[in-house]
Amino acid sequence: MKILVPVKRVIDYNLKPRVKADGSGVDLTNIKMSMNPFDEIAVEEAIRLREKGAASEIVAVSIGPAKAQETLRTALAMGADRAILVETDDQVEPLAVARILKAIADEEAPGMVLMGKQAIDDDCNQTGQMLAALMGRPQGTFASLVAIEGDHVSVTREVDGGLETVKLALPAVVTTDLRLNEPRYASLPNIMKAKKKPLDVKSPADYGVDTTPRLTTLKVEEPPVRQAGEVVGSVDELVTKLKAMGAVA
Amino acid sequence: MSALVLAEHDGGVLSAATLATVTAAAALGGPVHVLVAGGDDAAGVADAAAAIAGVEKVLVAQDAAYGAQLAENVAPLIAGLMDGYDAFLAPATTTGKNIAPRVAALLDVMQVSEIISVEGPKTFTRPIYAGNAVATVQSSDARLVITVRTTTFDKAAATGGSATVEAVSGPGDAGLSSFVGLEASRSERPELTSAGIIVSGGRALKDAETFSQIITPLADKLGAAIGASRAAVDAGYISNDYQVGQTGKIVAPDLYIAVGISGAIQHLAGMKDSKVIVAINKDPDAPIFQIADLGLVADLFQAVPELTGKL
Repeated sequence: MKILVPVKRVIDYNLKPRVKADGSGVDLTNIKMSMNPFDEIAVEEAIRLREKGAASEIVAVSIGPAKAQETLRTALAMGADRAILVETDDQVEPLAVARILKAIADEEAPGMVLMGKQAIDDDCNQTGQMLAALMGRPQGTFASLVAIEGDHVSVTREVDGGLETVKLALPAVVTTDLRLNEPRYASLPNIMKAKKKPLDVKSPADYGVDTTPRLTTLKVEEPPVRQAGEVVGSVDELVTKLKAMGAVA
Repeated sequence: MSALVLAEHDGGVLSAATLATVTAAAALGGPVHVLVAGGDDAAGVADAAAAIAGVEKVLVAQDAAYGAQLAENVAPLIAGLMDGYDAFLAPATTTGKNIAPRVAALLDVMQVSEIISVEGPKTFTRPIYAGNAVATVQSSDARLVITVRTTTFDKAAATGGSATVEAVSGPGDAGLSSFVGLEASRSERPELTSAGIIVSGGRALKDAETFSQIITPLADKLGAAIGASRAAVDAGYISNDYQVGQTGKIVAPDLYIAVGISGAIQHLAGMKDSKVIVAINKDPDAPIFQIADLGLVADLFQAVPELTGKL
């Protein structure tokens, strides 16, 4: 079974983004970029499925600027077999990403698409579900456990009230939650080897997808700043202040 | 703008998240209808939905295929009903987040995720970058699909409404997926996302037993829900549905007490809209103190039991 793993290049998750003064967006110049953390988990899970013999080939895909090649090389260094970059400098919304991935899935015929549950930049949490809808296939979102059982996959999902298990007919789209696994680090020899692995560069037009945004961002602002608080000296003072505020009875 | 709201329920009880979503839907300015999709017990939930103030009509789709809220079955049902509506709204809970984007793709529209305000019929604000920025976005789609961050909208009154209830049907079982089971975490406490007070613990609590020894009495005293940072969850102190943050639950209680939590941006994304934030941490430089209304630099193993005793 072939596994398709979409990955996104985003601001490194440790960094605090700065909003541009003109309200046009977040300043990403000279900012460290990395693979979206949920996507690393997806790559790791695909590799583990291959190590168990449940998968034969792992194809990593990214849609974004030329620099997204670095993100794909990271996936290749972790263990993906080959990569496809759909290069565009436009901001591509989840719906258009899902359309491009659908076209790639039509060509590649993967048994499973494994991807992150959300990207930490736009925080949309949409692409996997949209892709599953466009493919007319089942979805296992927010997965914390994935087990292939013949022509089905059993997915344990992190839901608000606990853990839910569903059984999906393959091919299926599975989106990863944080606790699915601990992604491995790419070793130096594997980083070197990854440079020789195949990486195809395509464009959205190759797949006949119009990436014109449906949503217009009118402005991006800093969230309201909280009033500076105070540091109290003792538990007694804390209790007194809390009571004065009416926060506790 | 006529709006259809997905009712979130567990087969018996309508969730509070649904009430907040109704408020967001009403802000679009048109009639609000609620869809209850479920199995045998959908009728009872539909009655509860009909009593929500401001709801004009309740559509009830009763079919075993909708019992487990599987997206493969529920999304086509909703897409089929959308001819009569300008907007579909779901709470940004795991149920809503699972189903709504599938509906959006079936309708060929871009979803607007986790809105925190309605600025106009097609203009909304939503947090991005783990809540470090707020974007105002305008949709150009003919129909809207929206998920609602329920902590930022007031809950519609659960009583006082008198909506008509109408049965609807959809394509039923898509035959792609099946529900195997739910391992629910049991809790006698208030539900995390709707609690008035939350006591949350982090990595500094050492282990599951200590977490429970320190956090539980304080939560009991305050009638509070218990929360946790990702570090506490990953270390196995408590199960992951207690996690507050970008990847866990988004909460906005009246009082949030952060115990032994440093305040990483991913955690702050889940709680910084709380009315009053109290931080107890021995590190005076912990980022949590930058947003805490009241901070106490102290050893939590002494300070928290003392606080519990004095409340």
